[in-house]
Amino acid sequence: MALLSLVDLAVYYGRLAAVRGINIEIGEGQAVSIVGPNGAGKSSTMLATAGSIVARMGDIRFDGRSILGREPEAICRMGIAMVPEGRGIFSALTIRENLLLGTFWRKDKRAVKSDFEEIVVRFPFMAERMQTHAGKLSGGEQQQLAIARALLCRPRVLLLDEPSLGLAPLMVAKVYEILAKLKGDGMTLLIVEQSLTRARAFADRICVMRDGVVQAEGSGRDQADVTRLEDAYFGFDETIGKATAGN
Amino acid sequence: MQYAIQVAIDSLSLGSIYALAALGIGLIFGVMRLINFAHGELITMGAYSLIIPSAAVIPTLFVGAFPWPLLIVSVVVILVIVALAMERIVFRPIRGADPATLLIASFSLSYFLQYTMLLVYGGRPKGIDIGSSLTESIQIGSAEIAKIDIVTILATVVLMLALASFMKWTSIGIQIRAATQDFRMARMLGVKANAVIAGAFAVSGMLAGVVSLLVISRVGALEPRLGVNMALYGFVSTVVGGMGSLTGPVAGGFAVGIASGIIQAILPDHMRPTRDAFVFAIVIVLLLVRPEGIVRLKSSKERV
Repeated sequence: MALLSLVDLAVYYGRLAAVRGINIEIGEGQAVSIVGPNGAGKSSTMLATAGSIVARMGDIRFDGRSILGREPEAICRMGIAMVPEGRGIFSALTIRENLLLGTFWRKDKRAVKSDFEEIVVRFPFMAERMQTHAGKLSGGEQQQLAIARALLCRPRVLLLDEPSLGLAPLMVAKVYEILAKLKGDGMTLLIVEQSLTRARAFADRICVMRDGVVQAEGSGRDQADVTRLEDAYFGFDETIGKATAGN
Repeated sequence: MQYAIQVAIDSLSLGSIYALAALGIGLIFGVMRLINFAHGELITMGAYSLIIPSAAVIPTLFVGAFPWPLLIVSVVVILVIVALAMERIVFRPIRGADPATLLIASFSLSYFLQYTMLLVYGGRPKGIDIGSSLTESIQIGSAEIAKIDIVTILATVVLMLALASFMKWTSIGIQIRAATQDFRMARMLGVKANAVIAGAFAVSGMLAGVVSLLVISRVGALEPRLGVNMALYGFVSTVVGGMGSLTGPVAGGFAVGIASGIIQAILPDHMRPTRDAFVFAIVIVLLLVRPEGIVRLKSSKERV
């Protein structure tokens, strides 16, 4: 059974449809990438899953239960943590305060303490800089802080919206190295990416979104699959072999 | 020199009250993006809680008859309860509504409270002797300084330090600061919207209580629109200082208060009643030059 299922999910902003009835299933421990061009509905899908915007139709099921319409704080507490596009760092707060925000609601204070220690091991740059304001960190450090903070919520599913956005190639590699470790530890990941190549290198499954719908889905392992995903990404109609985007 | 010291103390004292009023308003705006016009009525209610409802011009004291420490605590507690009730009954059910709806609700609540007080206490101004000894002056060097100005400045400094510690060291304080910067993100980290907003309203009520006592000690008269002017200056100070942070309203309050004090001092006697025209002209110029206010909100710069 899937740990997280998006069932016929539709998201609207007023009369504008951002997501038009998509179906995505993520099994426990899987890493799924949603790729697609700007305006495809990727971020809206993520925000709806995190409860930050309310889907108009369909359902979101987590561990067998519907979480549609739940408050974002309730969804976080149930085990879905989000690293949004732009990182969502509180720049006026220190690193420590940013991290604490993911733990205030947790009752297991001893476990929080050991999780904090583990975070410092996993993200060593934070160790000596807990009192540094997050706004002073580099983009890559901010992204790591956003991931660390989400991990302190002890999620079962981690949502990451364009974790490589605005980062230098070395930093992108660093962030994906961290994500690979998390994947190795069995974390379930749903990642929005612009780069199909990066998604292919990392994810178990790729969903290509365009104009609010999932146009193609596959593992990207064999060449036929890659061609199909690329065609969907770039908007090629395979039957006539030309771009159909915007038609 | 003596005159300069007096002007400085007057200006700081006025700035202190504006800063406290602005902080109460800025706090709610920060977490809810709500401009709470009813903050003025909170200040008025704090002052009216000192007396027993009656139409008499010289009313019988109620909370006002308590010893000072108990009086301060009682007024603050009453306003915290009223502020929490405001949030729970009026604003929570419409929290997700568009800003215009929130604004109209806040206006309606403001007028509802104002006219309810008119109904309960009558419209005639009432004399009240609370802390009148504070209006006396003391000699500091060659300058004559009103005790109330010193008390106002000291009370503001103590309150600001206490509030800064609360915001820095308590979990609810950190959550309020985070919510002020990005409420959506805070909620996605498990921060409970209801708790944070209620916390902000409670602090706002506490600040209104202190402003209420400082104002009534100064003016010595109750009337149903007592807090309206104070709230107006609070709004202006919040905008001048910069919305969306907590240091902005404080900076704005002191800036507007100090500007008012200096303009008052340099204007010829016959022009002093027009002081506010000059103050607001400066506000307009400042906002034209720096629309985001004095304190620019720290935002995470995109870096690679």
